[in-house]
Amino acid sequence: MITAVRKPLEEIMGFAAPYSRVLLLGCNECVTVCYAGGRKEVGILASALSMAFLKEGKKLDIVEQTLERQCDPEYVEEIAQTIDQYDAVFSMACGCGVQTVAGRYKDKPVFPMVNTMFMGASERQGVWAERCAGCGDCVLGRTGGVCPVARCSKRIFNGPCGGSTKGKCEIDPGVDCAWQLIWDRLKALGRTDLYSEIIPAKDWRSAKDGGPRRIVREDLLS
Amino acid sequence: MRAFEPIIVAFACEYCAYTAADMAGSLGMSYPPNVKIIRVPCTGKVDTLHLMRALQKGADGVLVAGCYLGDCHYKNGNLRAQQRVGYVSRLLDEIGIGGERVMMTFMSAGQGNVFAQVANEFTEKIRNLGPNPVKLGAGKAAA
Repeated sequence: MITAVRKPLEEIMGFAAPYSRVLLLGCNECVTVCYAGGRKEVGILASALSMAFLKEGKKLDIVEQTLERQCDPEYVEEIAQTIDQYDAVFSMACGCGVQTVAGRYKDKPVFPMVNTMFMGASERQGVWAERCAGCGDCVLGRTGGVCPVARCSKRIFNGPCGGSTKGKCEIDPGVDCAWQLIWDRLKALGRTDLYSEIIPAKDWRSAKDGGPRRIVREDLLS
Repeated sequence: MRAFEPIIVAFACEYCAYTAADMAGSLGMSYPPNVKIIRVPCTGKVDTLHLMRALQKGADGVLVAGCYLGDCHYKNGNLRAQQRVGYVSRLLDEIGIGGERVMMTFMSAGQGNVFAQVANEFTEKIRNLGPNPVKLGAGKAAA
């Protein structure tokens, strides 16, 4: 999932200052799963924001709504009939959702309520960790299911480097060395032969280095 | 001027604090009428949103009263509640209305005296803290 964390209240208060009525818009997808911008978080932020304004003797009308997905135009269309009632939209979706809403309603200011973090997985209740960097050319099949792009601090393809000590990365003793994990997993699978193969330099054009990316599926085009 | 009488909302677990409050009554112990008790099946059922809404709607303080750690009927509901109370406390500090307006407390079903004592102490603490600034601000905003 795409993970996110709520922005500091002070920053959000700054966004809200010029307005008197805003739509606080949640998203039912990734940000719901990581407890950053689902229906419940919309309620909590609405309460917090409302109280922060009232404390200052000001009133901010906050209307709460949560869409199935903010990154799909058909769901964003759902607010077309009501959007004129608001001075601004405060989106609790990831950056994709914020941009889809902003792109559809061009004359309406749209502000992000969360900082979008990374593509990650849940390690345990309340903890998420980066697992995929979206490099566009997956190597997990040869690295024992552990990604060296997302989980190695240096993104090296033939590791580990000299900074690996007792299975931990030199940047932080709390961070596992991805290449130690790769080695351990390949050994458990009986596929250490994969480790012996030198992985050639990666072509990063399929990643962000090739500019903004698109997927076009001609069989699905309308 | 009339003395400030705080409104305290207490989420009380039915396995301990709710029974303890009942026990306090049976034992003839007094606790302030300011404390409005909401019976819950476990403090683990008390969500961050419930605590926030209580304060937003005018409570001056919110108390969450559950079983002693390790004694939860549902294993760890009280631990979860404690974590949520901590989160809300930090959020209230961020809002600027005081994280101490929300408190978690633990007791057993037989401790009517503890319930009465906590209810008295927390009410006194909130009385000293003054009214929820949100209510004062709401008056100004409406003016």
